[in-house]
Amino acid sequence: MSAPAHASAHHAPSGFWRKYVFSVDHKVIGIQYYFLGLFSVFLGMSLSLLMRFHMVNPEAKVSWFATLWPKAAAGGMMTPELYLSLMTMHGTIMVFFVLTTVPQSGFGNYFLPIQIGAEDMAFPVLNMMSFWTTFLALVVMVAAFFVQGGAPLSGWTAYPPLSGAGPITGPGEGIGQTLWILSIAIFCGASLMGAINFIATTVDLRCKGMKLMRMPLTCWTWLVTAILGLLGFAVLLAAGVLLILDRVAGSSFFLPSGLFISDQIIANHKGGSPLLWQHLFWFFGHPEVYIAILPGMGVTSHLLATFARKPIFGYKAMVYAVLAIGFLGFLVWGHHMFMSGMNPYSAMAFSVLTMCIGVPSAIKTFNWIGTLWGGKIRFTTAMMFSLGFVSLFVSGGLSGIFLGQPALDLYFHDTYFVVGHFHMIMGVAAIFAMFAGTFYWFPKMFGRMMNETLGKIHFYLTFLGVYGIFTPMHYVGLVGNPRRYSDFTNVEYLAGVIPVHKFMTYCAYLTAAAQILFVINLFWSLKKGAKAPVNPWHATSLEWTVPSPPPFDNFAGVHPVVNHGPYEYSVPGVERDFVMQTDPPTAVPAEG
Amino acid sequence: MGMAGSLTHETIQGPPPPPPFEGGWGGGGGGNDGRGSSRRASFTGLWVLLAASTMVFAAFTSAMVVRRGLSDDWASMPKPPILFVNTVVLLLSSAALDMARRALKAGERGRFNTWWTIGSALGLMFLAGQTLAWMQLKDAGVYVSTNPSSSFFYVLTASHAFHLLGGVSALLYVDVQALRLRLGPAKRTAIDISAIFWHFLDGLWLYLMVLFYVWG
Repeated sequence: MSAPAHASAHHAPSGFWRKYVFSVDHKVIGIQYYFLGLFSVFLGMSLSLLMRFHMVNPEAKVSWFATLWPKAAAGGMMTPELYLSLMTMHGTIMVFFVLTTVPQSGFGNYFLPIQIGAEDMAFPVLNMMSFWTTFLALVVMVAAFFVQGGAPLSGWTAYPPLSGAGPITGPGEGIGQTLWILSIAIFCGASLMGAINFIATTVDLRCKGMKLMRMPLTCWTWLVTAILGLLGFAVLLAAGVLLILDRVAGSSFFLPSGLFISDQIIANHKGGSPLLWQHLFWFFGHPEVYIAILPGMGVTSHLLATFARKPIFGYKAMVYAVLAIGFLGFLVWGHHMFMSGMNPYSAMAFSVLTMCIGVPSAIKTFNWIGTLWGGKIRFTTAMMFSLGFVSLFVSGGLSGIFLGQPALDLYFHDTYFVVGHFHMIMGVAAIFAMFAGTFYWFPKMFGRMMNETLGKIHFYLTFLGVYGIFTPMHYVGLVGNPRRYSDFTNVEYLAGVIPVHKFMTYCAYLTAAAQILFVINLFWSLKKGAKAPVNPWHATSLEWTVPSPPPFDNFAGVHPVVNHGPYEYSVPGVERDFVMQTDPPTAVPAEG
Repeated sequence: MGMAGSLTHETIQGPPPPPPFEGGWGGGGGGNDGRGSSRRASFTGLWVLLAASTMVFAAFTSAMVVRRGLSDDWASMPKPPILFVNTVVLLLSSAALDMARRALKAGERGRFNTWWTIGSALGLMFLAGQTLAWMQLKDAGVYVSTNPSSSFFYVLTASHAFHLLGGVSALLYVDVQALRLRLGPAKRTAIDISAIFWHFLDGLWLYLMVLFYVWG
């Protein structure tokens, strides 16, 4: 530990508003993001439960549906349009306000500065603005439920013409869709601010000795995710501006000539290209799935090493794999558009590049298994969720190999096969990493331990539940069950899969119920959990050198000096089975 | 602001060389000890911001190229000649800002204030000129929806102007600080950042002009 900090550098605010609401402290902002994500994930999950209910009970009349949606569920029966709006909002809320928000902005905000030995993010005020802009985006998005026509129908991908031609295309395509685009544009702005902070902090605020190749893998994934967000959200913002102009200013960027909608000829738009939107959207959209999953990979790598009491297998390979995934992620957007009509040569190029991503992904999986091999594994709840992540990543990744091939994708694309695929690899895997991160870091964030027994019950129920929901989807998709349809109970060739759908719906209920355990655990532990020691997991990175929770400026005025890599576990010749990053160089006996 | 204390250690010459540290590359050489780390981070933030802005305009450009190539309804739109005047005004503002920075380097605060004020005023003039250009187009009956070429013209000029609003705000902030004789070392970073951002908007505008006259 070296020179003390400057006295005036970073003093804690005392007022309520400055301390808890408009705080510039990255730790408070991280927690704010976390709880914004927690609210969103329950909202998104509720929507999915409504969808699952409707799919197996399309004729059911539920009185409180009619109360909630007097028009869209008149008499208590859900209309197909209402189903589509639930689907749209489920996807949008989950992708943007959960998967993008919690792993990166939540945990990243809290732990990036501490793990690299900085006292805050590079631009604390920008950081605060970025959170409140995200909050505004969420408010605007949720407002779409309450406007005339309700929430939009066009999916989280908002393909035109449906999303561009206005109210004539259906309820929710009026103000609801406009609010949707507006919210996404605001969210883009927030993400850009966040990305600037993450990159500048990682590049410039590392403490003495924290070389890039000594950063925990979490920091690497937060950095690469920030770069992806920076480049991706900028393009989505541009696309959103064009789409909103098509809607409100009568331009024709995406709306083609000769549209005939709801028995009306659309005469005021011509010459635009719906495919152009798809290209712009997926240029963002594909990196977006890595934005969702990369931080999860970082957390998983970090935790597997910690709880296997072994150095991460192939640290450098892990770093290069993350960089390769980030880079390749920008070259494969076309594989979302095989069905949209594409030159077969382009499709082949996109397909080959997509297969290339399998290489760094396999490197990561191999290294995770290599890390576990021969380790003294501690099966904490955090570790189990990390193992669950690896399991889901492999299960979800395997179906990706099918989907990446144009000839197969043409069959699978509009079926439940795709739904099963992306929920496993992007949705649930990332959420498992969030659970892992929660159980792992909760002691540091709130100074108390979470309940392990409750945590493990929650893990097993969730693990079985999500496999029960999403594995059968692959089979249902193989049969040819189309996705996005609200009702297929009377379709002859699908009669055989209705029981499977019922099973998936029951699994969804079970999984949702299990989440109540998590919430109980979370809030109970906040108040009643056992006091957390400084380093409950015997981990090596910098956050475990400071009190739980850390003081306002993280290191109480002391500048840490890093002498070791982040995964020095079970080092031969060292008494403890771990070497903290800040331990003196002499902590490890010289080799030879 | 967390950096307030560390800012006092800055000099206009930039951060001192990092202390020699075994194998260190990039940061990790004492970024947190307050010596120039804030200035360094500000510049990193600037480059990252410019990368994001570049991506926005790259996306618009690719959309324009695709939209123009896809259909047969593209008609070149009449460009108001005032755009050339605006271009000159913007270039002059950039030059004035650079004169100001040179003056500051030579320690001539008075001359800095004059040039910086001129630069900021020219920046405002450019925005006024752009507004005039839009009004002329409106009077000529050229709206966003008139033709894809006019749609893109409005989108690109408005996005550029939006960036410029941010730039002008930064210039005026520095100007107010300068006129109130508050140009401490910390403000030097603000000067450099806002000037570089302004030069970027300059280059961006030249690019847009080429785009309009060659493709639009």
